[in-house]
Amino acid sequence: MISLNLNGKSVQVDAEADTPLLWVLRDHLNMTGTKFGCGMALCGACTVHVDGQPTRSCVTPASAAAGKKIVTVESIGNTPVGKAVQAAWAVESVPQCGYCQSGQVMAATALLSANKNPSDADIDSAMSGNICRCATYPRIRAAIKRAAKGLQA
Amino acid sequence: MNTIRNESRRDFLKASGGLLLAISLPEALAQSGKAVFQPNAFIRIGTDNTVTVIVKHLEMGQGTYTGLPTLVAEELDADWSQMRAVGAPADAKQYNNLFWGPAQGTGGSTALANSYEQLRKAGAAARAMLVAAAAEKWKVPAAEIRVAKGVVSHPSGKKASFGELAADAVKQKVPEDVPLKDPKTFVYIGKPARRLDARAKSNGTAQFTQDVKLPGMLTAVVIHPPRFGATLKSFDAAKAKAVKGVVDVVAFTTPVSNGVAVLARDYWTAKKGRDALSAEWDEANAFRMSSADILAEYKKLAATPGTPARKEGDTEKALAGAATTLEAAYEFPFLAHAAMEPMNCVVKLDAGGCEIWNGEQFQTVDQMAVAQVLGLKPEQVKLNQLYAGGSFGRRANPKSDFLVEAAAIAKASGGKAPVKLIWGREDDMRAGWYRPMYYHTLKAGLDASGNLVAWQHTIVGQSILTGTAFESMMVKDGVDATSVEGAANLPYAIPNLAVSLHSPKIGVPVQWWRSVGSTHTAFATECFLDEIARETKKDPFELRRALLAKHPRHKGVLELAAEKAGWGKPLPAGRARGIAVHESFNTFVAQVVEISKSKIERVVCAVDCGVAVNPNIVAMQMESGIGFGLSAALSGAITLKDGVVEQSNFHDYPVLRMNEMPRIETWIVSSKEKPSGVGEPATPVIAPALANAILALQGKPMRALPLSTQGFAFA
Repeated sequence: MISLNLNGKSVQVDAEADTPLLWVLRDHLNMTGTKFGCGMALCGACTVHVDGQPTRSCVTPASAAAGKKIVTVESIGNTPVGKAVQAAWAVESVPQCGYCQSGQVMAATALLSANKNPSDADIDSAMSGNICRCATYPRIRAAIKRAAKGLQA
Repeated sequence: MNTIRNESRRDFLKASGGLLLAISLPEALAQSGKAVFQPNAFIRIGTDNTVTVIVKHLEMGQGTYTGLPTLVAEELDADWSQMRAVGAPADAKQYNNLFWGPAQGTGGSTALANSYEQLRKAGAAARAMLVAAAAEKWKVPAAEIRVAKGVVSHPSGKKASFGELAADAVKQKVPEDVPLKDPKTFVYIGKPARRLDARAKSNGTAQFTQDVKLPGMLTAVVIHPPRFGATLKSFDAAKAKAVKGVVDVVAFTTPVSNGVAVLARDYWTAKKGRDALSAEWDEANAFRMSSADILAEYKKLAATPGTPARKEGDTEKALAGAATTLEAAYEFPFLAHAAMEPMNCVVKLDAGGCEIWNGEQFQTVDQMAVAQVLGLKPEQVKLNQLYAGGSFGRRANPKSDFLVEAAAIAKASGGKAPVKLIWGREDDMRAGWYRPMYYHTLKAGLDASGNLVAWQHTIVGQSILTGTAFESMMVKDGVDATSVEGAANLPYAIPNLAVSLHSPKIGVPVQWWRSVGSTHTAFATECFLDEIARETKKDPFELRRALLAKHPRHKGVLELAAEKAGWGKPLPAGRARGIAVHESFNTFVAQVVEISKSKIERVVCAVDCGVAVNPNIVAMQMESGIGFGLSAALSGAITLKDGVVEQSNFHDYPVLRMNEMPRIETWIVSSKEKPSGVGEPATPVIAPALANAILALQGKPMRALPLSTQGFAFA
């Protein structure tokens, strides 16, 4: 049994200790917003927050996340920053295929939580670990700036 | 193929009691219980005032779930906020691609183009029925009724929403031939409506194949042979079965793949089982060439006469008599699609046949292929449409490879549980079905004044269409149209022009990849033209312009891109521009790339796609196509060593990231032509435009892709 603090709730999961957090979320808890893209922390589709830090859940054993605060795309909209990011994503029509966007939203929310007014270089540095094969990058950049503006207002 | 019917289709005539059109409803809609008004196969208006468009094409990022509803909203005079989109079931009778005859599927940048009139007519018919219902209810002449932004009204002050009229509209006669709007009165077409799927794709609720979970479902993780053409000799399941939670280990064979699948309740357990499995392979018929061997063979072939794909004038004679001749050869590697969602498929076998959950791009082909593997009739294969996490051609596999694999595994495990096949990134990247390797040779003849009088182009590479459902239609006299598209229809005015093709057969499965033949022909032709411009000291833009006098749409985008990029204006030291123009899928694109030593400073893109139904989506697809093309141009290559694919994941198959994405400005030509597709045509133009900028900056032609193999990288 692994005990997790997930989206503000305590949950118990009957999974092997080495099971990555990604598969605990997707297969054991049926929370499929977090996506599988590469399994090697190369693409960022599986990004969640662990104690506020953007974390690749595909290489993070669930047991290593026990006792820490885990936040996923399913609840990030309950935070002011996450809400602003998701709203900006819709206004800018960011997603195309959409498969990477949960991870993009989580990475962008982590960025804006730490840096209220990111420069282009800050955005490059925070977001370049998240691959988008549809190359929605210009729209992601615009949406991050829109969200930043909205949060400052 | 036109006899395919979906077993699950429901006859709306019976369900509604009033409509004259027999139509099928997706199961979920039919069961929703709400009184709905569904005037045809494409529109459902609920009493809750939503307008749901049943979209016959896969949403894989290109925007069909926004573009097709835009066509309906326009003629229906709906409010954009009430529009919804759902995927259509497999039913080629109603949902065929009008450009593909009786087959249902998405590809070739046809989704919006083939739906343009069909969905506008559907919207206009629904509007007429709502108006008729209001006229009857209010006892006023229909001609006096107006509809705007989802509100039906009469000058007397009477008003109703679509939802309020839905129940009465059902009773109206389905009109024939309702006139369509004059484009001057368009409210949505030509305006940048927001994407309908953006919210669900930002909060994790959008459902992809990867997200499907059925009661009792098992996840299958597979091991494929190490080389194409190898087959399973034997396997030892003991270690896999020793992994706690592994339910079953089965061998499978399909017409295009074989291997062993490990099944468990979850992916991680199945993967651990797969990793513990040992299998032996019979490699007697395995493909064992390396990329270098293939290239050497292709070079030999290129020196021999190929099958003619186009012949104008007498190229041999013109070359013999030319004052100067120029030659160049261009090399292209295999490319993987590497969609973000690795290939996957959910299959449930039952007494009546089989049910599949998948981001479906090729319904008709998939139904036939799965039916064959399972011994069913195509109509017994029910397909449930989901979002696709990218495709770039991959999910429209000509042999339905990952679908039949999932079906074969479900069958091999006795059909005891629904099976979700999940390929890891490595499985996906090594499964084949690549953009083929190609080798091109070009020879040009110039007269004493430097005019281009002869052009000889030879292409060597595998045929994509041979052996597929498209062969009879698109392989003529030994020439696969997709091998030479963009080369055989070269628009430049050259009096003597010859294009020929060699289509060697080798054991690597290949497939269409975003913009298909143009992925290589645009590069070879547009880079060679710049080499000619350089040799003759002509401006690359002016040379193209002069040769395109009879091609106004090519010329139009070329001039627009050049103007907006400031072509010809001085640049700071250490900067250079490159230009390229190309037509694919009847859409014309020109791009100007401006580079420095450290990066792509700017891309200016001009596009003529006829009526731009949603200019915002057109711009997004230009950006997307450019980003996708840049991945391939800079670093994309699948290589073989002794037949083994050398790449496996994003560390050795690098793709474009945020910090590498250039600034892109898109300009759309104002046009009254029918809309053409935008999903693919930006992709082939970026690599030659970039290579031409590098030629201008460094004086060195780029003759092989990716550019990383040419010693080129941004500092």
